Amino acid sequence: MKTVKAAFVKSLPVMAGYIILGIGFGILAHNAGYGFPWALAMSLLIFAGSMQYVGVGLLAGGASVLTVILTTVMVNARHLFYSISMLRLYRNAGRYKPYLIFSLTDETYSLLCDGKVPDGADPDRFRFLVSLFNQSYWVLGSVIGSLVSGILPFSTAGIEFSMTALFIASFTEQWITAKDHIPAATGLLGTLFCLVVFGPDRFLIPAMLLITLLLTLFRNRLSAGKKVDA
Amino acid sequence: MSTSAYSALLVAVMSVVTILLRAAPFLVFKKKAPAYVMYLGQVLPAAIIGMLVVYCLKDTNPLSAPFGAPELIAGLLVAGLHAWKRNILLSILAGTAAYMLLTQLVF
Repeated sequence: MKTVKAAFVKSLPVMAGYIILGIGFGILAHNAGYGFPWALAMSLLIFAGSMQYVGVGLLAGGASVLTVILTTVMVNARHLFYSISMLRLYRNAGRYKPYLIFSLTDETYSLLCDGKVPDGADPDRFRFLVSLFNQSYWVLGSVIGSLVSGILPFSTAGIEFSMTALFIASFTEQWITAKDHIPAATGLLGTLFCLVVFGPDRFLIPAMLLITLLLTLFRNRLSAGKKVDA
Repeated sequence: MSTSAYSALLVAVMSVVTILLRAAPFLVFKKKAPAYVMYLGQVLPAAIIGMLVVYCLKDTNPLSAPFGAPELIAGLLVAGLHAWKRNILLSILAGTAAYMLLTQLVF
């Protein structure tokens, strides 16, 4: 019980954000023709906020399987690195390990990456419960969003801008905190270039390839004088 | 294949790929990852956010009315408010509300 309470308290900072962003996702999916069962299934099975927002667009546009695979890889590539940094912490988590790995979102990572566990709590169970609380907020928000979408007293036209706003805010935050602006500028300008060259229906895959290529070419410049944490 | 069967397939693809990304390091690396992978881990996230900003605005046409004005105004509001308050939820809620008002009432 002590572990449950400690995990709940730990998860509180994520609660409001996940419920609100989940509601946004639910409404967005509903407006695109993907109602309650879809929002529920996506939040249960994918559990990756940005990808689910982008995914609604891919579903509605009938994207190819290859585009969906590559887009998921690029949008969620950062999760690889969350897992890499949790290798030691999660390696011996026993029966909790599969869910801990499945549920390692940006927010869960940010709560658990310091490895600290309250006194008296079972570490693996504690991390499992924090992850579970977080996903339950996300699922709850998604379900609320898809259910209220049809009965709201005002038009939700334009709600899809919440995704744009999420990424612009993340971009701004990243721009302010990063020492080097080359990666962010490469992503923005490289994609813009591909959008102009390939058009709005075909630019995503070329953009991902161009970004990876350019960042690989910039490697020496960007790695110089920079400590690489392993 | 029906549209919903195809959509279900795409949801499954997103789910499996996401799970594989999260699980891969546990399956492949014992303790440490190669330097190139670690490097990509440092630089890709920022670049991908930039890519996603452009992705979100891909259907905005700056050459015909309203010339992307709602996106530009709401987008600048998000960036400015975020630089000022650094509160991601506030930035998203204010920007989305502004965009909805602009597109529903003004443009």
